Amino acid sequence: METYTFLRAFADSWMLLFLFTFFVGMVIWVFRPGSTKTYEDPSGIPFRHEDKPAQRGVADAKEA
Amino acid sequence: MTNYLKLIVLGVITLLALIAANYARDLAYLVNALTVALAAAGLFIWTLRKTGEPVPAVDLSGQYMDGVVRAGVVATALWGVVGFLVGTFIAFQLAFPTLNFEWAQGYLNFGRLRPLHTSAVIFAFGGNALIATSFYVVQRTSAARLWGGNLAWFVFWGYQMVIVLAATGYLLGATQSKEYAEPEWYVDWWLTIVWVAYLAVFLGTIVRRKERHIYVANWFYLSFILTIAMLHIVNNLSIPVSIFGSKSVQVFSGVQDAMTQWWYGHNAVGFFLTAGFLGMMYYFVPKQAERPIYSYKLSIVHFWALIFIYIWAGPHHLHYTALPDWASTLGMVFSIVLWMPSWGGMINGLMTLSGAWDKLRTDPIIRMMVISVGFYGMSTFEGPMMSIRAVNSLSHYTDWTIGHVHSGALGWNGMITFGALYFLVPRLWNRERLYSLSLVSWHFWLATIGIILYAASMWVTGIMEGLMWREVDANGFLVNAFADTVAAKFPMYVVRGLGGVLFITGAIIMCYNLFMTVKRSPAVEATNSVVPAE
Repeated sequence: METYTFLRAFADSWMLLFLFTFFVGMVIWVFRPGSTKTYEDPSGIPFRHEDKPAQRGVADAKEA
Repeated sequence: MTNYLKLIVLGVITLLALIAANYARDLAYLVNALTVALAAAGLFIWTLRKTGEPVPAVDLSGQYMDGVVRAGVVATALWGVVGFLVGTFIAFQLAFPTLNFEWAQGYLNFGRLRPLHTSAVIFAFGGNALIATSFYVVQRTSAARLWGGNLAWFVFWGYQMVIVLAATGYLLGATQSKEYAEPEWYVDWWLTIVWVAYLAVFLGTIVRRKERHIYVANWFYLSFILTIAMLHIVNNLSIPVSIFGSKSVQVFSGVQDAMTQWWYGHNAVGFFLTAGFLGMMYYFVPKQAERPIYSYKLSIVHFWALIFIYIWAGPHHLHYTALPDWASTLGMVFSIVLWMPSWGGMINGLMTLSGAWDKLRTDPIIRMMVISVGFYGMSTFEGPMMSIRAVNSLSHYTDWTIGHVHSGALGWNGMITFGALYFLVPRLWNRERLYSLSLVSWHFWLATIGIILYAASMWVTGIMEGLMWREVDANGFLVNAFADTVAAKFPMYVVRGLGGVLFITGAIIMCYNLFMTVKRSPAVEATNSVVPAE
């Protein structure tokens, strides 16, 4: 009973606040200034290493 | 040295399984124990023959591990055909009850075959597709070979074992009667082991990645693996009646059990059939369209929004039950909010083609992927609508639900998987191209028309059934008996069965096309991939 009441109160308050803040923070973070340029690189990942893994010692992402 | 260890383990498993078979309390347990004994003994002999042979030391770190992906592709196609076949058969069983043959009563009647169908299509077809594509995608997007060596093969064969044990168990009567979680306790335990290995292989590869960023498809795959592990363990908390029998008793009871079940059930849809397959979408749609995803920012928002919201939607399965109102309202509200990320994802997938819409005309594979994303949009609109309590009072327990599930499963999951298989086979077997593009077009149209027949007939029969159940006369008496609705549904049941026939015909054409691709298509010119880069 007491555990239920405690968890219920916690879920409705602090946990809700945490999840909500995390979510809103994520959206703001994604749209931060300069992010368009930052995300150009990851969006090209599927087109880089089709046939074999990156070789050891070779610079990764920047390498054509 | 490891071979000796393997031999000991396999020998012990064989022995224990034979002891279990000897003391078995029911037929399903007996057959499952014998299956395990047979598999372990076979592996024992296979390992024994290898023991002591010299193993050439080859450095494989310069290659991707594709053998297990190839096996996964074959398993996906084969289990798909099996699952569709059982589904079509049980559709006709509903239309023509004589197909519940007297001589097979208790084994091949609708009640036994139905879980076989759902598990075969979701877990065997869908699961193999997810495992195979995740292994393919995580290697390419991490630029690293799969972690753990042969552990990936353990995941593949261990998962097939789960499927075989579950399927034979259903036919012989072993079930814990939880929808989509029917396998009994020992199959659950085995799946837990296999799943942990799967997580290790996947995470290990991500940790070894050579790209700085973890590509969005891997986020979706990872959330699928983690969440399924959590759901599986919590929903299958049960205590076996005997260690030598298949029956087990759930730890939860009553409404707690119901809520746990639908928390599991809906998130199996949300994370197995949605998040995992979105991982496929975020890799294969850009690859086939030959352009990056429309908006990478949107894909990140899509991911977090989807996993934050989906997990709460389960209670909408329990409207008008003993579940407290606040819980079912919560489920309903979150289901409606879920519409937003779902459509955000759909727009992201579709708009990837912007500037390349002509490919829809020329490339049947991209057409398949696009219609799958279209069906995703359609069923993620229909689902939230059906979760509204007032709509649910009409739709629940009717065939509308079944129609909804199939427009999602056949349309979204089926079509994106077919698209991925058409993409993968030429690459995995080193072929220049597919055997026949016109056969892909045939598959596309057969499958599409089949789904439309299926969904449309189920809308009609579902709404009709819902209205007939609630119809009352002037004195407040119910007008229709249950049997009246059954009789009225007959024509729609036949149409549904025909839709299934079209869908499976398409799938068989696909298998033929893929087989001929491997057999007949010209091989790609050998490029010497061993030469190190400058």
